[in-house]
Amino acid sequence: MILVVLEHDGQRLRKGALEAISRARQIGALGAIAGVVIGENTQAVAQEAAQYLPTVYAAEVGSYTPEKWAEAAYAAAQKSGAKVVVASGGRQSRTWTARLAYKMKAGLLEDTLETSADGQHIIGVRYSFLNRVTEKQKAALPVVFTAKPNTTPLAEPAGSSGVVEALEVSLPPTVEVLERLSEQKKGVSLTEATVVVTGGRGLGSPEAFAGVEELASALGAAVGATRAVVDAGWRPYGEQVGQTGKTVQPNVYIALAVSGAVQHQAGMNKSKYIVAVNKDAEAPIFKIADYGVVGDVHQVLPALIDAAKKLKD
Amino acid sequence: MKFVAVIRQVPDGESRLKIEGGKVDLGGVTMILDQMDEWAVEEVIRLQEKHGGESVVLALGLERFEEAVRTALAMGIDRAIHLVAEGYLDPISQAEALAEVIRAEAPTLVFTGGQQADWDSQALGPALAEALSWPVVSWTTQIELDGETQARAKHDLDEGAEVVGVALPAVFTSQQGLNEPRYPTLPGIMKAKRKELKKVPVSASSKVEILEQTIQEKSRLNMMIDGKDPVAAAHELVRLLHEEAKVI
Repeated sequence: MILVVLEHDGQRLRKGALEAISRARQIGALGAIAGVVIGENTQAVAQEAAQYLPTVYAAEVGSYTPEKWAEAAYAAAQKSGAKVVVASGGRQSRTWTARLAYKMKAGLLEDTLETSADGQHIIGVRYSFLNRVTEKQKAALPVVFTAKPNTTPLAEPAGSSGVVEALEVSLPPTVEVLERLSEQKKGVSLTEATVVVTGGRGLGSPEAFAGVEELASALGAAVGATRAVVDAGWRPYGEQVGQTGKTVQPNVYIALAVSGAVQHQAGMNKSKYIVAVNKDAEAPIFKIADYGVVGDVHQVLPALIDAAKKLKD
Repeated sequence: MKFVAVIRQVPDGESRLKIEGGKVDLGGVTMILDQMDEWAVEEVIRLQEKHGGESVVLALGLERFEEAVRTALAMGIDRAIHLVAEGYLDPISQAEALAEVIRAEAPTLVFTGGQQADWDSQALGPALAEALSWPVVSWTTQIELDGETQARAKHDLDEGAEVVGVALPAVFTSQQGLNEPRYPTLPGIMKAKRKELKKVPVSASSKVEILEQTIQEKSRLNMMIDGKDPVAAAHELVRLLHEEAKVI
């Protein structure tokens, strides 16, 4: 049996959940697939999930803490007899899946690009060494693995509807959330975006990000920032791409006035296409760029916005 | 109070990696205290400076990790325990071995790095917390103690951040913005040589095996467009992305 932990936003399944279902189907030789929806409003979300899976557990445990999530996933794994647990990748899931793997005495394959079953083993391919090395890992069942976002085709509904079952979870001691400082993001989520437009220190001021936002909006893209930019307080930390920020792998990554330090590259070097605009022809970013424009970002960016808008009209 | 930092030694991010026999060969590569672990070490020292008590650095890894352990001692940690292990040991198995030592030390809290710069793993902190049946706060940017049994911490989520109250003991992992680590001073380095460093050999089997490592530098088009005429450059770029790459 395989268990998929289905990421959602309290209303609907997130894209990551549909990728995780696809991953579970790819190793379907290991058995039937069940799902679990953890958090709030889980019955409604589980109904949606039942279009994809024959059995979906709904674990109504309230808002997120890693202890609750690990305990609920563990309860679902116990109940279904799952030897493999699949979840989508992200900071939160990579926290609670580590707890879960320890509970299950399982091998943990983090942030995998692809996964396959080999007898009673799971083989996963992932990046390491700040995203510079591709490695193949192997672990004997039981295994917990997370799927890196944007690596897997989204699952299609199964055709017949599954059953939803409430799952009782005894709540473990956990942290108490005192305050949520949510960044009410308008637009596209950075890790799920197929196009990312990132601004660097070279833009010169926080005001110059209005142009970055305008280009992003014209392209249906998410806005990213470099460490220097978030450290300067120009943009929220949530927009940071790099080792200590987010790792993205969009179809196209547009780096505006970004020099391209190794730590930044760790967060974006696997993008399908990389575009760089920088006035310094020697900037390291050009070495990994598919298309590079050597020029003043303050002149190129407005022209890019115009061109992008014309394209969409 | 007692504060423990769990650290590792990793290659300097700027160094060139090479592959030998299907595995990363770190021969000749500059090795450093993992930057995210360095934040953990700094925070542990600050907590000790503020609240008193003792600071301990704990490492699990190769003999050469001693250099990173000495760096932590030179920064100001009181004493060190180095569990010496050969070869790859996955973070879940590491947590099991480390938890045994931590249980015996019975600290107020444990701090470690948010992500490891060699294995790109985020699992050690939370797995350690599970092994100890403690809560975990990952990607911590701020921590304040409220007595010996309670802390208040700010940490990053997938989107945004939150402030949590957490009962101690607990495990925290570091995030950028937590602090600015101090440099070891010369007297600090001299003193570090005389500080207690206990080495304990451990043997454990890994739950995960690394079959093969490769460096796949994606070949890039490296097509340069002259930006002297910004309008023409922008149009050409949008055309290439739309018609050639077909990504917008």
